[in-house]
Amino acid sequence: MQAADMKLVARLEDKAVEIRKKLLIMCNQVGVVHMGGSLSMCEVAVALYYKFLKYDLKNPKWEQRDRLVLSKGHTGCLLYCIFADLGMFSFEETYEGYNTIGGRFGMHPNRKYLPVFEASTGSLGHGLSLATGMAFSGRAKKAPWRVFCITGDGELDEGSNWEAIMCAAHYKLGNLVAIVDRNQLFTCGPTEKYMSLEPLADKWRAFGWNVINIADGNDMKQVVEALASLPPVDAVTPRKPICIISNTIKGKGVDYMELVAGWHAGHVSDEKLQEGLVSVENNRKVRR
Amino acid sequence: MPGITYNFFDLVDLANTRELWVKKLIELAAVHKNIFLLASDAQVPGNTICEFRDLYPNRFVDVGIAEPNLVGIAAGLALDGNITYAQAFGPFLSTRATDQIHTDVAYNDIPVRLIGTHGGLTSGGGPTHNAILDFAIIRGIPNMTMVAPSDTNQCLRLIEASVTYPGPIYIRIPRGAEPLVYANQDYDFTIGKAVLAKEGSDATIIGTGSAVFNSLKAAQELETEGIKVRVLDMHTIKPLDNEAVLKASRETGIVVTVEDHNILGGLGSAVADTVLEAGVQCKFKRLGVPDVFAAFGEAKELYAYYGYDSNGIKKQIKSML
Repeated sequence: MQAADMKLVARLEDKAVEIRKKLLIMCNQVGVVHMGGSLSMCEVAVALYYKFLKYDLKNPKWEQRDRLVLSKGHTGCLLYCIFADLGMFSFEETYEGYNTIGGRFGMHPNRKYLPVFEASTGSLGHGLSLATGMAFSGRAKKAPWRVFCITGDGELDEGSNWEAIMCAAHYKLGNLVAIVDRNQLFTCGPTEKYMSLEPLADKWRAFGWNVINIADGNDMKQVVEALASLPPVDAVTPRKPICIISNTIKGKGVDYMELVAGWHAGHVSDEKLQEGLVSVENNRKVRR
Repeated sequence: MPGITYNFFDLVDLANTRELWVKKLIELAAVHKNIFLLASDAQVPGNTICEFRDLYPNRFVDVGIAEPNLVGIAAGLALDGNITYAQAFGPFLSTRATDQIHTDVAYNDIPVRLIGTHGGLTSGGGPTHNAILDFAIIRGIPNMTMVAPSDTNQCLRLIEASVTYPGPIYIRIPRGAEPLVYANQDYDFTIGKAVLAKEGSDATIIGTGSAVFNSLKAAQELETEGIKVRVLDMHTIKPLDNEAVLKASRETGIVVTVEDHNILGGLGSAVADTVLEAGVQCKFKRLGVPDVFAAFGEAKELYAYYGYDSNGIKKQIKSML
């Protein structure tokens, strides 16, 4: 793996801090938001949308774009923050339209209201099959784009994931990249206590995937190195699909949320908002 | 509209919808380059699925025995601008992959065409292999269209129409060779519009899918006894042709529905909803699987056993006149 461009890393780290703050404010404004899993995948999402993903802000259906399927649809709010920051809509719009009749911003994303989402998701364990379908489409089109699927770890309990994992490997869909946000927590507690996933990387490998392990998926440098190490896009040549296991901390960046299963979803009061914003700032990495 | 159907006192031609619909798709795929065929453990050497695969290898996927993944992949393809035809054993497609049909296909509202084979009791494989609740499940999902063609040629017309039809469709077909219902194709086929397969004023039989054959046979036999029974081929369960249902119920006063499906939640329930909400007074009976896991046996024997073969339908009509 090549050493990361540290200027890029620092820029993305700053962006991640900004997005975490926006997410806290959103949660304070709108009610219940899935905070834990949004905060854990923040570095990966920021690295993708501010560096690695190919897309056109003005044309969400640009044919040459990379496709990203958010299997963990409950963390759509994190992407709302990113898209607002990118200028697709205003933050105020998201507050007003969040989980309201006639609003565009569901607790789980709907692609009809927000075409930037490739698929309407929410029911867990669906994303990998959808992404596999898109990867087949990319192959038929000999397309110069990749398909990413961000999935939670808990949702890997769902059997249909393993149908998709088996299928993508059988057809050697090298244009498919699964990213597992391995934050170790279900809604109610540790995955390893209630339904263990380990040895997770071995399982993917045994099914025929290449695995890239990010030891700390909340360390932007490691995330950047992993994403930069992806082979060039090639939809046609049969190659193993790639799984990136991003080991993260649920609630990362907001001290009182970290590793607290109860913060899977919740509301941030005015008081907790200030504490959270201070916490995010204190957790900012200072690079020299 | 006499003369469009066969006279069932004669020997009737059989045709295998499962083989022939793929043949039709092969034709369409030559023109429409975004048509994909997805199958699940269905490549029998020499069958039409293999023919499609060999002609369009990049537009064919066999997922093995994995219905949820089949539907998810079909949706992923359709989300990227393709028209996906995904075939699986009906008994497992509608039930095992319900969540994928609900969320990936219907909620996303995309052109996926799910083809559930072995409809009703036609598999002959017993209750695990009977598809007796696909109408009920699919009817309950917003955005879905549910169609059960009554014979092979009608299915081919449906497949043709499906290329440009907006939104997802579930198509139910039987296991193997079944009698042709229509002697010619000189009738209007539109998704959501019933076919008036036989005129009549004394009673109405509303059939769907493979039950249309027995409905017509019963009506033709009753005709020889002077009883004039109307037959509606209700190939589309959803959206239901309410107009045809209400017209028939008002004009004939007797409505019997016949479906190779549980009598709960399917065609009969849909017709009842329409008739009751419109305040139409009529005699009404649902025929089909009487909310049981069916006995073992071949479909023909079971239709007779549960009273929805042509004799059972005739008996039912006579008891209501």
